[in-house]
Amino acid sequence: MPYRIEVEDLNVYFGESHILKDININIEKNMVTSLIGPSGCGKSTFIRTLNRMNDTIPTFRKDGSVLLDGNEIYEPKIDVVDLRKRIGMVFQKPNPFPKSIFDNVAYGLRIHGMSDKDVIANKVEESLKAAALWDEVKDKLEMSAMGLSGGQQQRLCIARTIAVEPEVILMDEPCSALDPISTTKIEDLIHKLKRDYTIIIVTHNMQQATRVSKHTAFFLHGEIVESGLTDKLFMEPEDKRTEDYITGRFG
Amino acid sequence: MKTIFWGSGILTMCFLILIIGYILINGLPVINLTFLFTDPIDSGRSGGIFPMIVSTFYVSFVALVVATPLGVGGAIYLAEYAGEGKLVKSIRFGSETLASIPSIVFGLFGYAFFVIYLGFGFSVLSGGLTLALMAMPTILRTAEVAIEAVPKSYSEGSMAIGATKWQTIYEVILPAAIPGIITGVILGMARAIEETAAILYTVGAALQVPVSIFDPARPLPLHLYTLATEGISLPNAYGTAAVLVILILIITIVTNILIDRYTKKMMGR
Repeated sequence: MPYRIEVEDLNVYFGESHILKDININIEKNMVTSLIGPSGCGKSTFIRTLNRMNDTIPTFRKDGSVLLDGNEIYEPKIDVVDLRKRIGMVFQKPNPFPKSIFDNVAYGLRIHGMSDKDVIANKVEESLKAAALWDEVKDKLEMSAMGLSGGQQQRLCIARTIAVEPEVILMDEPCSALDPISTTKIEDLIHKLKRDYTIIIVTHNMQQATRVSKHTAFFLHGEIVESGLTDKLFMEPEDKRTEDYITGRFG
Repeated sequence: MKTIFWGSGILTMCFLILIIGYILINGLPVINLTFLFTDPIDSGRSGGIFPMIVSTFYVSFVALVVATPLGVGGAIYLAEYAGEGKLVKSIRFGSETLASIPSIVFGLFGYAFFVIYLGFGFSVLSGGLTLALMAMPTILRTAEVAIEAVPKSYSEGSMAIGATKWQTIYEVILPAAIPGIITGVILGMARAIEETAAILYTVGAALQVPVSIFDPARPLPLHLYTLATEGISLPNAYGTAAVLVILILIITIVTNILIDRYTKKMMGR
């Protein structure tokens, strides 16, 4: 099975600090991969390297390669804007735009050149349905997205992301600001979405990792200590540090 | 200690009420439809101030049309593109210095540059441009603060779905910053409307309604100044002052209401 993303000997620096060290990991197509590890271990930096969001930080430097469908994403000829369309991202804190619910989803379509009103309306509906939000908002699409609950806002952000049809969705602790019921909804959604998308999710919640993901990678101090099938990593970890972390001895 | 601060707060309020009250008590009796909608007669001894009201809006409008794009454009550059270099520091320093130059100096510059050198004469255009120079730093500074106050998460969300920097600024950041930017524009406009010294040498002193931007005009503060200093008519000076104060109050209140509505709609409250 071909990999969606292949990361080889990736090192990331912010100025003098060496944030990610010799990262090697392959992400399978249409699977969910969890990244776990204590705060500050580089998980977020890692996923932000995958959609080149770190480019906005002036001191960011990296070596090694990141391939998306076999092509290096850090090659000069790569259009970053197009890359970010192909690799969507959902953030830790829901960050809908201060626009109407409809426009939040339509925005991505419009900036990518869609102008037919009916086509946009259909696509917005389709995306909101895919994000399991449609039934809750279909009568108030013109209302501001800021009036939605946190869980609804996060599903709106997911709808906004899938509207532009990415291949990969990066999720940076998408449930950490949400209550348990909203978290369950997002997890159900992740199960549904993995049919069509490759998902990489950063999580602090190890139960969440076991619930949603096929593969898991354990990050510590900027390195991947262990990665592989989620069941195996949690049931029979190979590394002592992984075992200590998942049994709650630190982190 | 608390009493002292309470006292100074109350005192400030009292002065405000005193000044506005004094102007209104002396000015309101003069104001009626004839005063508002007819031309002055005999240099303003009698008749109305219609041309002055028109002049005020006309000159302020020219000032805003010029100062708003420059100010907001500069603010976008400083907040979104510039980073922290020498150039940025110079621009910011320049803008702050510009804001603290006495208005009479602006007037002198406007006279030398717009009226004489560029040959615009005493006109709405010369006055408007001079006021634009004065309003611009206010607009720039307020707009910059407003743009910087937009949460970073908005632009990240936009970039993450493949928006370009400009699309992000235009579609996400500016709409979110609009209330603050408008506040800046209104502050700039208030400064333009109430300014006298800067237009003293630039706008002329016409008593007719200006039509073309090359016509001379006489905005309200200038008319007030002339009426009072030349001893033409003190009651009409108070009337003019009252109209000026009321205009500024209306503009401030109306924009506050509009901004409030916009913010509520945007934030879903």
